[in-house]
Amino acid sequence: MARVEVRDISVVYEGADRSVRALDSCALDVADGEPIAIIGPSGCGKSTLLLAAAGLVRPSAGEVLVGGRAVDAPRLKTALILQDFGLLPWKTVFHNAALGLEIRGVAGAERARLVAEALERLGLAEFASAYPAELSGGMRQRLALARALALDADTLLMDEPLSALDALTREDLQGLLLDIWRQRRHTAMLVTHSIEEAVFLGRRVVVLSPRPGRVAAVVDNPEMGAEGYRETSAFYERCAELRALLAAEGALHGAAAGGEA
Amino acid sequence: MGWLRRAIGYLGAAAALVAGWWLLALIVDSPALPGPGLALGDFATLFFSDLLPELGVSAWRVVASMAISVALAAPLGLLVGRSPRLDAVVAPMIFLTYPVPKIVFLPVLLVLLGIGGAPKIALIALIVFFQILVTARDAARQIPAASVLSVRSLGATRSQVFRHVVVPAALPDIFTALRISTGTAIAVLFFSESIAGTSGVGYYIIDAWSRIAYSEMFAGIITMALLGVVLYELLEMAEARVCAWTRAGR
Repeated sequence: MARVEVRDISVVYEGADRSVRALDSCALDVADGEPIAIIGPSGCGKSTLLLAAAGLVRPSAGEVLVGGRAVDAPRLKTALILQDFGLLPWKTVFHNAALGLEIRGVAGAERARLVAEALERLGLAEFASAYPAELSGGMRQRLALARALALDADTLLMDEPLSALDALTREDLQGLLLDIWRQRRHTAMLVTHSIEEAVFLGRRVVVLSPRPGRVAAVVDNPEMGAEGYRETSAFYERCAELRALLAAEGALHGAAAGGEA
Repeated sequence: MGWLRRAIGYLGAAAALVAGWWLLALIVDSPALPGPGLALGDFATLFFSDLLPELGVSAWRVVASMAISVALAAPLGLLVGRSPRLDAVVAPMIFLTYPVPKIVFLPVLLVLLGIGGAPKIALIALIVFFQILVTARDAARQIPAASVLSVRSLGATRSQVFRHVVVPAALPDIFTALRISTGTAIAVLFFSESIAGTSGVGYYIIDAWSRIAYSEMFAGIITMALLGVVLYELLEMAEARVCAWTRAGR
């Protein structure tokens, strides 16, 4: 269905006077229905990896396969959620959630039904006619999720989706992301700066090296999704393990500089 | 409630203007500057008989020319702003022609198009065209990459990106440019109507001036001001409807 195979891709951005190699022979295999987290130093090409998987950036070498097919353009069942949520300020909550369906030419009545369902599920039904500017940060993020759910996406690509939120809202939405994944069992690739978030939401946590990014380590995290995992000592040990790996990659400066960025 | 506060604001401003005018007329004490009583009296008695037909002619010229320029300049500006290749060709032409005072082409237009409405509409359209073009191009260039990316990730084609992102994002700027252009448009209208032709409020004002009918001249000036205020308000109302989102969450 939606296995994501990243086959030794390299991405080079051609600038005006120099080119930047963002990814270098980066390889990664995400099983169908597997949620993984991707973490690494700033500017290591994490976002580029997601954009390549979304079909928005073309690798200069290698290829990305989703559901067994090479991605050379945005794929219908893939949803991309960006750090600033990718909402359009001139569209109401309803129309923002409906955007993907509208672009795909889903008929009006069917569209209204799917959007109403998605908004209901994320607790946004009563805000359908509000504009994004009238919503809180957490609500905007839920709206971005509603858009993905309305599309019935089987692959969710998330680029630091929660980093703009305050700590409480963030934890609340981490729980929501986990609930949604438990119900739908979609393939998920979550780019994050937060070690705790990566361990909470990734069944495997992929550590990228500094630019040009390649896979430096993969940490298995089989307890992910278990009830109360966040409070267990296994959770803390996994976080500590990741912190050590990231420090080795030069992501943390000074031994004491742990925790969330 | 908004419109009521607006109406009260307009009334207050009008009262202050009339008071200032009255004071100035007292100080200057010249027949060329009649007091507001005389001018408003003439305005009231002449409005339906003499002024309204001229107002209709002038309003048509301004509205037609602004409609033509926005219909041509907005799409062109947005396309140029979103396409680096097109921009490389068009931008130098804009920079070269924008500072040229287009009003000097009035004689040329009079020769080519006669002295009726056509040269006036063409001149106003020419001037407003550039103001909208420059604004639309800049607005299209400033659209956040994330907005475009998120819509493209949903599989949007180029025309869908325009429809869902570029056009709505640029509309508030285009409306602002249009509102600012009404002042320019009416100034150019007055100039072209007073230079050539026998119709329009501009002609009426100059005609009254040549007959030394100063209070009638001022009735014409009031009519011209009215045209500007009404156009500006109509654009404001249209923007409030079309760009409701800019007022959200404030």
